[in-house]
Amino acid sequence: MLFTSYEFIAFLAIVFVLYYLVPKRAQWPLLLVFSYVFYYLADPRYLIFILVTTISTYVLSIRMEKINTEQNAYIAENKATLSREEKKAYKAKMKARKWHLLLVCLFLNIGILAVTKYTNFVINNINSFLSDASKLQLVDMIIPMGISFYTFQTMGYIIDVYRGKQEAQKNPFKLALFVSFFPQLVQGPISRYGDLSQTLFSEHKFEGKTVSFGLTRILWGYFKKVVIADRIITAVTTLVGNPDQYAGTYVFIAMLFYAFELYCDFTGGIDITIGIAEVMGIRVAENFNLPYFSKNIKEYWNRWHITMGTWFTDYIFYPISVCGPMLKLSKWSRAHLGETIGKRVPIYLSSFVVWFATGIWHGAAWNFIVWGLMNFVVIMISQELEPLYAKFHHRFAVEGKAPWEAFRIIRTILLMSCIRMFDCYRDVPLTFKMVGTMFTQADLSVFTNGSLLGLGITAADYLVLVVGFVIVLSVSLYKYHRGPVREALYAKPAAVYYGAMALLFVITIIFGAYGAGYDSSQFIYNQF
Amino acid sequence: MDTLLEILQDLHPEVDFETCDTLIDDKIIDSFDIVSIISEINEEFDVVIPAEEIIPENFNSAEALYDLIQRLGDE
Amino acid sequence: MKKRIISGILVLALMLGCLYVAQRLLVPKYQKGIVEGSMIAEYYKDKSDHEVLFVGDCEVYENFSTIELWKDYGITSYIRGSAQQLTWQSYYLLEDALRYETPKVVVFNVLALKYNEPQNEAYNRMSIDGMKWSMSKVNDIKASMTPDETFVEYLFPLLRYHSRWSELKNDDFEHIFSKDLVSHNGYYMRVDTKAQGDFPDPTPLADYTLGDKAMGYLQKMVDLCKEKGIDLILIKAPTEFPHWYDEWDEQVRAFAEENGVEYINYIPLQDEIGLDMTQDTYDAGLHLNTQGAEKMAKYFGQYLVDNYDLTDYRTDASYASIWQEKVDFYNEMKAQQYSELEQYGELRSFGANAIED
Repeated sequence: MLFTSYEFIAFLAIVFVLYYLVPKRAQWPLLLVFSYVFYYLADPRYLIFILVTTISTYVLSIRMEKINTEQNAYIAENKATLSREEKKAYKAKMKARKWHLLLVCLFLNIGILAVTKYTNFVINNINSFLSDASKLQLVDMIIPMGISFYTFQTMGYIIDVYRGKQEAQKNPFKLALFVSFFPQLVQGPISRYGDLSQTLFSEHKFEGKTVSFGLTRILWGYFKKVVIADRIITAVTTLVGNPDQYAGTYVFIAMLFYAFELYCDFTGGIDITIGIAEVMGIRVAENFNLPYFSKNIKEYWNRWHITMGTWFTDYIFYPISVCGPMLKLSKWSRAHLGETIGKRVPIYLSSFVVWFATGIWHGAAWNFIVWGLMNFVVIMISQELEPLYAKFHHRFAVEGKAPWEAFRIIRTILLMSCIRMFDCYRDVPLTFKMVGTMFTQADLSVFTNGSLLGLGITAADYLVLVVGFVIVLSVSLYKYHRGPVREALYAKPAAVYYGAMALLFVITIIFGAYGAGYDSSQFIYNQF
Repeated sequence: MDTLLEILQDLHPEVDFETCDTLIDDKIIDSFDIVSIISEINEEFDVVIPAEEIIPENFNSAEALYDLIQRLGDE
Repeated sequence: MKKRIISGILVLALMLGCLYVAQRLLVPKYQKGIVEGSMIAEYYKDKSDHEVLFVGDCEVYENFSTIELWKDYGITSYIRGSAQQLTWQSYYLLEDALRYETPKVVVFNVLALKYNEPQNEAYNRMSIDGMKWSMSKVNDIKASMTPDETFVEYLFPLLRYHSRWSELKNDDFEHIFSKDLVSHNGYYMRVDTKAQGDFPDPTPLADYTLGDKAMGYLQKMVDLCKEKGIDLILIKAPTEFPHWYDEWDEQVRAFAEENGVEYINYIPLQDEIGLDMTQDTYDAGLHLNTQGAEKMAKYFGQYLVDNYDLTDYRTDASYASIWQEKVDFYNEMKAQQYSELEQYGELRSFGANAIED
């Protein structure tokens, strides 16, 4: 069930109505049932995977929790008699026991993720070294929907339990809901248990404002996704699908179109997710914060796909960069490579791992790995150039001035969009080649000679896209400068607020790029 | 405490670490800074700050960070 | 709070109103060129009942002049036909019509039996969109949908046609709330002539068995007519293309015998009807033109009068006045078509030439 299917909208309507009709203590169990129905409807086999993850995490987290309680009781009991060393040794022992449990959980679940998602990728890579005769067969693997998201979310939970930051959930069904909560199953966000659990399991009574805010958010998401993203995607596919025909300036156009498409599709999808939860009084973590207003790439990654970024920081970047061996390496490199470079070594190494992992997490292909590493390279270069920037700012006092800030924002957008072209083209060499043609074969006449109308979208589509762009930009600017848009609208007379909702709805219904499209020639009655 | 302030000041000379208590919340120091700070602390205080202690409460101010170092040193 | 709820309801009502108008505006009007999409809905506008009801595809709505049946025999008839109307669509249109009237005779053209599966989304829409809502329509939709279609798009045609916003024509604005008649009791008029050419040799089929879905609905049609005391006549129109295989003919004949209904194949009777396929067709033999359809009506009307107890309504003043209007409209359109033919050598405001770009 895609978000943009009639089935999903009907499903939502049923869930919303029932959610507020059933007794309040039955609200979260209802969500669990519907989350499993949602997953079942996608493919019944998926249930096996999500059950394995849920059960293994539940059992192991409960055992960890027992160790935690045991440890606290023991220390409290023997507080007087234990020496510091004994206490330390005891804690270390307990920690080792938990560590083993954590390892089991991580190996099992990341293992499932790796096998389902990457087996064929590995086979393909091995095959490229083998002769035709000895090539390995690809396996017909099912990749459960949203497995990357729920696996990460669940592993975050168990690590938090391991760290003692999070008490384990004693009710297996509540944990099951946390893992499978249907609005975020398809594309995240990757919620933290500590955040989501605060509202996921509580009882919610119907509140007009919350519900209407949620609905507005859903509508806004659909607007971006259906009116803009699903319309411009046709042109993007045409451009990147025919690299021989569309090089040079076309690559630049594809780059901008794709930046716009991806933004509207992804933020739109997340708006729908967060809005659905909001209708039910549940708060899901924000995943975007006006990413295209970022002034540098580091800031961009703090504003784009936020929950993924913080997940990688908390569960991969920090553990690697502050682990014992890394600290030793840091000491060694400072002594041997000099203070400035030495200090960076741990950061660079763990960043490399993080970006490699981010790349491969996005998809089992070299394109994504190279994309991740390009991000790494750009971030490291800008990190190194920072003193230079500082000097520049000091010298010319441009910081805070509008043109300079605009320049930085546009530069960041262009840079990120350019790196993102690895998403688009068939393989890595082609991407490099095509991006190269952008500079070597630039031809501005494509803007004026009408060839933009040959990309599968019509002049009317361009009109919708331009208007859509203006709307999205205006809303973003308002949010950037003034704050929440919905609150502002809500403060106006009710008719204005509801009118805006209604308008958004009508616009999406009429101007959405959904359904079969209308081709009057199909209706011409020929022959029968 | 002075040693700690010195470490911090080295990273961001423009910040007043003695009074600021929103270092994380206001994104004054980022993940790269945190890793640098931890490795400096390891050097100067011989205290290992494990990943699970990297939470906003421990890094929002120099004072909180100092308390963390004391606590970890004690254990 | 109360004020909020009231504004909410008002805005909602206003929005639904806008969506309704948008829907009226955006659904195709089928007023010119492609008029087949208008014909199903026109039935509901007709002011009188009918003793003969045709159901079927183009082989009824282009081959039988209802006006000629009236003029010559006083037979009141209506054709519920649409492009490539499938057997179950004919069945449900019959079921639908029986909610309003009970004719004495129902005529079904058997060509559609060759299709056992939903065929074409566009033709589905032209056949179904015009129906009033009833269980017949619901079941018709369910039986007719191709794999890519969804029920909700029939329920709210706006969802199907929303993308027409960029290609709205004058007709869409003009006929947003009212449509002009395009047919003559379901008959689609074409007076131009294009002589029958050579048809390709029929390709042998792997399997000549008529499908069970189609035959099942034919059975339902027989049962429904029996239940209502209606005489059902199965016909195969006299046009020879698409090819009507002998094997199919035998199956239908056997079926008719078994069920005690009439089956007449008019292909071998072309001469008896008086059809001259160099003159009486407008599209090289696929369909009859008006001259042909009038010949067909004359012949078929005689058969009806001879074999069924039909009323000659020409003497009934109330019917006569209603039908006089129809005759006038028929003559008027005929005159217009002939004058266009004379002036341009082809039809300009009818058929494919009239489709607005």
